[in-house]
Amino acid sequence: MLKELRPALSMVVVLTVLTGIAYPLAVTGVAKAVFPWQAQGSLIEKDGHVIGSELIGQSFSAPAYFWGRPSATSGADPHDPTKTGSVPYNAANSSGSNLGPTSKALVEGGGSAIAALRSAHPDHKGPVPADLVTASASGLDPHISPVAAQYQVNRIAVARHAPVEAVRTLVARHTEGRALGVLGEPRVNVLRLNLALDEALPIK
Amino acid sequence: MDAAGILQILIYIVLITALTPLLGGYMAKVFEGRSRFLGWFERPLYRLCGIDAAREQHWSGYALSLLAFNLIGALVLFGLQRLQGMLPLNPAEMAAVPPDLAFNTAVSFMTNTNWQSYGGESTMSYLTQMVGLTVQNFVSAATGVAVAVALIRGFARTSARTVGNFYVDLVRTTLYILLPLSFLAALFLVWQGMPQNFDTYTAATTLEGASQVIAQGPVASQVAIKQIGSNGGGFFNVKSAHPFENPSPLSNLVEMVFILMLAAALTNTFGRMVKDQRQGWAIFAAMGLMFLVGLGVATWAEAQANPALVAAGMDPLMGNMEGKEVRFGIANSAIWATATTAASNGSVNAMHDSFMPLGGLVPMINMLLGEVIFGGVGAGLYGMLIFVIVAVFIAGLMVGRTPEYLGKKIEAREVKLAMLAVLIFPLGVLVLGAASLLGAPASVQDGGPHGLSEVLYAFTSATANNGSAFAGWTGNTLLNNTLQGIAMLLGRFVVIIPVLAIAGAVAAKKTVPPSAGTFPTHGWLFVALLVSVILVVGGLTFFPVLALGPIVEQLMLGAGTLF
Repeated sequence: MLKELRPALSMVVVLTVLTGIAYPLAVTGVAKAVFPWQAQGSLIEKDGHVIGSELIGQSFSAPAYFWGRPSATSGADPHDPTKTGSVPYNAANSSGSNLGPTSKALVEGGGSAIAALRSAHPDHKGPVPADLVTASASGLDPHISPVAAQYQVNRIAVARHAPVEAVRTLVARHTEGRALGVLGEPRVNVLRLNLALDEALPIK
Repeated sequence: MDAAGILQILIYIVLITALTPLLGGYMAKVFEGRSRFLGWFERPLYRLCGIDAAREQHWSGYALSLLAFNLIGALVLFGLQRLQGMLPLNPAEMAAVPPDLAFNTAVSFMTNTNWQSYGGESTMSYLTQMVGLTVQNFVSAATGVAVAVALIRGFARTSARTVGNFYVDLVRTTLYILLPLSFLAALFLVWQGMPQNFDTYTAATTLEGASQVIAQGPVASQVAIKQIGSNGGGFFNVKSAHPFENPSPLSNLVEMVFILMLAAALTNTFGRMVKDQRQGWAIFAAMGLMFLVGLGVATWAEAQANPALVAAGMDPLMGNMEGKEVRFGIANSAIWATATTAASNGSVNAMHDSFMPLGGLVPMINMLLGEVIFGGVGAGLYGMLIFVIVAVFIAGLMVGRTPEYLGKKIEAREVKLAMLAVLIFPLGVLVLGAASLLGAPASVQDGGPHGLSEVLYAFTSATANNGSAFAGWTGNTLLNNTLQGIAMLLGRFVVIIPVLAIAGAVAAKKTVPPSAGTFPTHGWLFVALLVSVILVVGGLTFFPVLALGPIVEQLMLGAGTLF
């Protein structure tokens, strides 16, 4: 057994240097040179301050902004850091709800999301789009479906004293189709859309 | 399921099938020593480590080298986690990982399981992720490939004493296959939006004025090998559901192809090395058939909306979106879930715990059948060959002849070793799972049958060396970390050692030419027999517990019972 140790130990060292140091550093070097913005996390700046990442959803609750999906992430309670509580869109602690389909908590949570959406959108009488009712896998989903964006258009128009058509046009412009016409699902990036909203139809 | 969904499934199947002979042929060249363009780099490595690359090993020496290398690798990873608080590259100031969690994680990554009792961005320093976890991502995959190659050599050789040199197979897998593929893959993924940096977590002020801390890190370099090496351990807690770990539909397609690519290609490598590619395609066909059935069920199940939420006023059109990302939707989440559990990858792009009961049943069955539907890189092929031995043994019993496979007589010793590898599975899943349920019932999140599914999934995933989870279940307790660690070790090494023993035994045998009485192992009859054996073994062992978990849950969901 002892004579097995030398090759084993030196091989662990050699492969660690190769795959654990040389390889990630080489990837970092090339990535930063060729795709610097992506390598840094696709950060969006406004007036010199980082306001978020294009890929990471953030929490929106004001009536004048499009809302993203429910998020099940948690974090330190802002009032009492020794406790953890619900902190939606905590980008340092990704998580889904992990509730199973027969879970009472899932159905009650969905029910209260539906009630809140209905009272905020009195113009809609029909069923609520599923992605606005269900928590995403990461808790950081940056997207909503085009249907979920259209669902919110009237509320935004009222809150911004803007014509409904103008809001609708912005949503259409920010709707991404399937990649290469077939991959993934059509979607709207909520942060990008809200930024465009602030630019085109500022809150008066 | 709409036309776009079906088209995406077809694209995926075509890509995997097309890559199989290409990569399979390349790997055969590498392992037969016909491709040596990196020889100038290899030779000094062997010299440095005191390894005589020309000297082949008996199966027992091969196993001993493998165990020594894996043991030291795990100890290094354990040490790194315990000391990370004092080491550099730790901008988020992660403290030392507690001993039980560090044990669980070291075993998990060394065994190619990559079960995670922790959230990456809230537990591990950049140094641990890079120098610890990424390294084991490479070498645990290479270990699996090495074992598969040793077994292939056993069948390919006649009256031979040796099965290869472990360190040469390990180094060649890493240098010729995993490293170049991962390097290109990582750059592609960065292009799609995956971060690759050593920055401190970004403090952002959101549009509504709240503060948001965004985790960063050398993500792409780890995710590339995590997908290619059927590892699955995420840089972040939610693995490839995290937008940084899977930013776009294009990154998703590429990551999904990586999950099955090498495991599928190894069936072709096998065919080429035993000088009959039809043998490889027969195994590919058996794997492919089981994969397609699972994929069909999962896609259908997830396209259904939760009836309880529909009753509350949710639009059923999008299907079951709880625990799924909008950019992937139903089709991509179902393909991924089926592929990641068919292969022992275990990375996820949706939360399996929130799948519909029958949607969650598919990943469980994929794992319970022994991770042989493509399976882990290397592990899938040698796992499948274990079932091949059982299948030809049963065929031999039916016609009353000594069973043969590839001209090798399959005798009592091989069948006993194969059965040992098969039987370790229910021990890990049912016995250790029951121990956890008794000792730590509070780890279960959901009530009713879904709670049983959570524990069942956890111990299936560990024993099958998969690593995905019904993540509502709490793994990070002293008892569960320990039990899971034992399950992972059993599922890895009580398969690998019998497999290497079989490799040595069949290598030593003469190859007998096929006669009129030989049962051909490249036709549809054999494929059907092989699939039946796998289903009967898995079905008999696990049907009762599956009936109490997901199957009862499906019935209760239909009846409107909630917990």
